[in-house]
Amino acid sequence: MPFERFVQTGRIAKASAGPLKGRLVAIVDVIDQNRVLVDGPLTGVPRQEYRLNNLHLTKYRIKFPYTAATRIVRKAWVDSDLKAQWKVSPWSVKAQNICKRSQLNDFDRFKLRYAKRQRNKLLTIAFNTLKKRTKSDGTPRILKKDRRERLRAEKAKKPKK
Amino acid sequence: MAPVEKAKKVAKSAKKGKKHPVNSYLKGGVLRYSKAQMYKRRALYRLKDKKHPVVQKEKVPIKKANYPTKTFVKKRPGKANFSEHKRNTRHNLKPGTVLILLAGRHQGKRVILLKTLTSGLLLVTGPFALNSCPLRRVSQRFVIGTSSRVDLGAFKVPEHLNDAYFRRLKAKKQKKGGEADIFAAKKERFVPNEQRKKDQKEVDSALLKVINTHPEGKFFKKYLQNMFALHSSQYPHRLRF
Repeated sequence: MPFERFVQTGRIAKASAGPLKGRLVAIVDVIDQNRVLVDGPLTGVPRQEYRLNNLHLTKYRIKFPYTAATRIVRKAWVDSDLKAQWKVSPWSVKAQNICKRSQLNDFDRFKLRYAKRQRNKLLTIAFNTLKKRTKSDGTPRILKKDRRERLRAEKAKKPKK
Repeated sequence: MAPVEKAKKVAKSAKKGKKHPVNSYLKGGVLRYSKAQMYKRRALYRLKDKKHPVVQKEKVPIKKANYPTKTFVKKRPGKANFSEHKRNTRHNLKPGTVLILLAGRHQGKRVILLKTLTSGLLLVTGPFALNSCPLRRVSQRFVIGTSSRVDLGAFKVPEHLNDAYFRRLKAKKQKKGGEADIFAAKKERFVPNEQRKKDQKEVDSALLKVINTHPEGKFFKKYLQNMFALHSSQYPHRLRF
């Protein structure tokens, strides 16, 4: 598979270390192999040099000329609909969930575990009944109980003599 | 104003940016300009009739040296008794807080903090009806305070539930003269007396009422009944409580 995410002007990346960890930035210029100039006017990141080691590249890219001023980066960012796209991306959703989980207190964690237990109980019952009623080759198995019930139903239908 | 500016410029160019002191010493420690000359040059006559307000400084009495003639032995403050020590309870440990016990017979249980006793120990209870943790004293060191809390409201802990109430009973000393049977002396098991049972019931019934008024009363009861435990990839320093 060819590479799809490049270190290039307009590439959106996520800071993975430092005080700005977790924020999105746009690459404005490539300084050298290890460092880039980044800017995040909408994510509260002032224009600065950032090490590529501390950046995770995303699949998103916005268009602006290299070394563009913050004002132009902001405009490109707003026009690109990046915010909405990022919000629904699996990466972002996962990050939000991790954040939610870390915010739980002891009582919340208990409630979550309790809910999971209830769900798993239902799942196990449903699974076991299905398993009972299915042969190993996937065809439905008719239990004795079913036959009895069917006969009983037929008997009830017949008019009494 | 224009000529003045011009003059200034001329003066500047003459000086070439350097500043010389007006007066200077000639050879032999004699000043180039006398006092009268300087008065003229500095145009100090401008200030002759001006009066400056005189600011009077506060008079500070001069401290007289006072040396003792005798060396005194400094009195040391007596050591405070344990009972007089200052107690600091962690700020999140307020009455009604749910605590997780970390040590002892009831370790892992979630209990409710009733109050801090004068000895600095915390008075807690399960309540007994929910998780069989009785009225008990615990050190705050062996406790995690959680953010969940019940509103104790009007409930007041009975006055007689103090440190003396929970003191351990000492075994009677053997008589000196009689031959002591070392093996006969068994460790007595703690058995709660009637008073304790009665108190427990009273506190429990009041607490259960309070718990039922909790907005998530049903879950909250279950929460107290369940033990706390860490599972893999859970680290207490990374958790919020």
